[in-house]
Amino acid sequence: MGELRIQGLTAEVAGRQILNGVDLVVKSGEVHAVMGPNGAGKSTLSHVLMGKPGYTVTGGSVSIDGVDLLSLPTYERAKAGLFLAMQYPVEVPGVSLQELLTEALSAQGRDASVVHAAVAAEAERIGLATRLLDRPVNVDLSGGEKKRNETMQLAVLRPKFAILDELDSGLDVDALRACSRRVEAATTEFDLGVLAITHYSRLLEELKPDVVHVLAQGRIVASGGPELADELERTGYAEWVEDEAPTPAVDPFADPFADPFA
Amino acid sequence: MASPQWLVDRRSAAPNAAEFVMPSTDEEVWRYSRVADLQLSDWSVVSERSEGVPADAVTLLESLGHLSGAVVVRNGAVVAARLDDALAAKGVYVGSLVDAPNAEAALGVVADGGPDVFGRLNDANFLDGVLVDVPAGVTVDAPIAIVDWIDLDGAAVYPRLVVRVGADADVRVLDWHGSTDIAAFVSPLVELDVDRAGRLSYGNVQLRGPRVWQIASQVSRVLNDGTLTSSHAGLGCDYGRMRTDCRLVGRGATGNLSAVYFGHDSQTLDFRTFQKHDAPDTNSNLLFKGAVGGHSRSVYTGLIRVEKDARGTNAFQTNRNLKLSDTAWAESVPNLEIETNDVKCSHASTVGPVDEEQVFYLESRGVPTEIAERLIVAGFFDEVLEEFPVAAAVPLIAAAIDERLDAGVNS
Repeated sequence: MGELRIQGLTAEVAGRQILNGVDLVVKSGEVHAVMGPNGAGKSTLSHVLMGKPGYTVTGGSVSIDGVDLLSLPTYERAKAGLFLAMQYPVEVPGVSLQELLTEALSAQGRDASVVHAAVAAEAERIGLATRLLDRPVNVDLSGGEKKRNETMQLAVLRPKFAILDELDSGLDVDALRACSRRVEAATTEFDLGVLAITHYSRLLEELKPDVVHVLAQGRIVASGGPELADELERTGYAEWVEDEAPTPAVDPFADPFADPFA
Repeated sequence: MASPQWLVDRRSAAPNAAEFVMPSTDEEVWRYSRVADLQLSDWSVVSERSEGVPADAVTLLESLGHLSGAVVVRNGAVVAARLDDALAAKGVYVGSLVDAPNAEAALGVVADGGPDVFGRLNDANFLDGVLVDVPAGVTVDAPIAIVDWIDLDGAAVYPRLVVRVGADADVRVLDWHGSTDIAAFVSPLVELDVDRAGRLSYGNVQLRGPRVWQIASQVSRVLNDGTLTSSHAGLGCDYGRMRTDCRLVGRGATGNLSAVYFGHDSQTLDFRTFQKHDAPDTNSNLLFKGAVGGHSRSVYTGLIRVEKDARGTNAFQTNRNLKLSDTAWAESVPNLEIETNDVKCSHASTVGPVDEEQVFYLESRGVPTEIAERLIVAGFFDEVLEEFPVAAAVPLIAAAIDERLDAGVNS
């Protein structure tokens, strides 16, 4: 039984602190939903976990089965078992899906000869048209096709833990069902642990969460069972955003050299 | 072999090298160039004919699969030429320009002495030249390949190529510029002439050695409803320059111009393009994509010129550059001059590093950074290489690109 352990994680973007101490433990086979209002730091959390450039970790730790992820470059985090299904999958002209997955598996010392067959099988399973498989990665794919493509790659790469960053944004009901069912199946098929970051609960109709967390102002402010998601659907996030400190008005005539502590 | 009298007369009419005035980098078309470093007197014009076919040229031709015809030129002299009998019977000619029956009529029709001093130097100094002549209505199925090989150290060589495509004729030509690792100055002049509804696909691979200086000029003329597709791969040379003048002179003529280039070490690759629309309903589409690594430099300047009569013109020009190291440098200057309102024109130009988001995407799947960048750079050229006129040359170009990527983009 593996675990993805996030402890006291703090991070900033462009000098602004976004994550204020996130604590989360996801075990293999579990589905954890992280829900929260816009601006809570949901996407920042997913990017920081995968090591996207532009984010600075200022404290805390992240590990998979005891392996510290934060000291590793992105591709080593993937090798350690982490996968990020992106909210906005990037188009990579001139690079084919086969090339991408072949290089990914070879770099991890895994058998890349299975890529062709695995892609064909998973694409069929998730309803991704065969003709799309020869395109450069994500190029000219619709929103729904891109998310099916992300999920298909997840299934081929079989990571230990997957972060789904707003997997439910920009896709239709059919695609949403196909993607969430596939991930749900992976939790038993290869014991995948899931951190599903989402704004709405509709993703969780097919992908059954064991734990639901509320992320607000850069930290987990509440955790509970699946019923918490239903409650959020009814009440929204008002309870957690209303105590946000009002931004002090800036006096345009203030002396810029004045002692702020005076 | 003695030159025919018309050629002797033509040459004696040309001024000798000492009288030529070298261009200045003050002129826009030579700005950022290295022409100021060129001393013509450092190089000796080839006067003796080289003989024998270099082994490298044979290997290259064998790797290209079935060809309708082939010519090998060594230091400016044609050392071998062949053409399928069936095509010869239809009046197709592939071989030495000087020996061709209609040479005098073919030479200079399009280039008219060339666009600059190097064109006139070529006129005065070319040894044999190559003519590919396809009469009206003839389709040449397999490509014709020319290997222009230089292996004479210290030489100044002036290759000349004339391709004439008759009305409704169709041909693909590969013009391979190679050399051994010698120092040489090479100044090719290429004339491409496409008659009514003719189709010429011309692919040029410049893979000369790292100590060669090349200043090349390609001049083309396309008549009514004709289509020229010209692709260039610029990889070799210390200084490698190509000027392209594409003149669309007949109604409905099309010029598709594309290039890939990849500089490394301290190379300079220099491209100047002119898309000239003289007639109505003409189309030009230009896509030049380059990468610079190490201390290399690239220059692209392009002009779309649409004349008053050229109503209904579509003209597009795109130049994209990847800067792979902090010490590499790329300049891109697109320009439009339009004398009529009824046109669709656009130009785009970019210079930047490999897209960070793309690298992150590939890395997030477990692809190491270096391999991710390599896949993206190799993929960047695909768009042009997929359309390269002679498909058999593409793996050779891709291998040369891979070699550069293997060496590391910082070198």
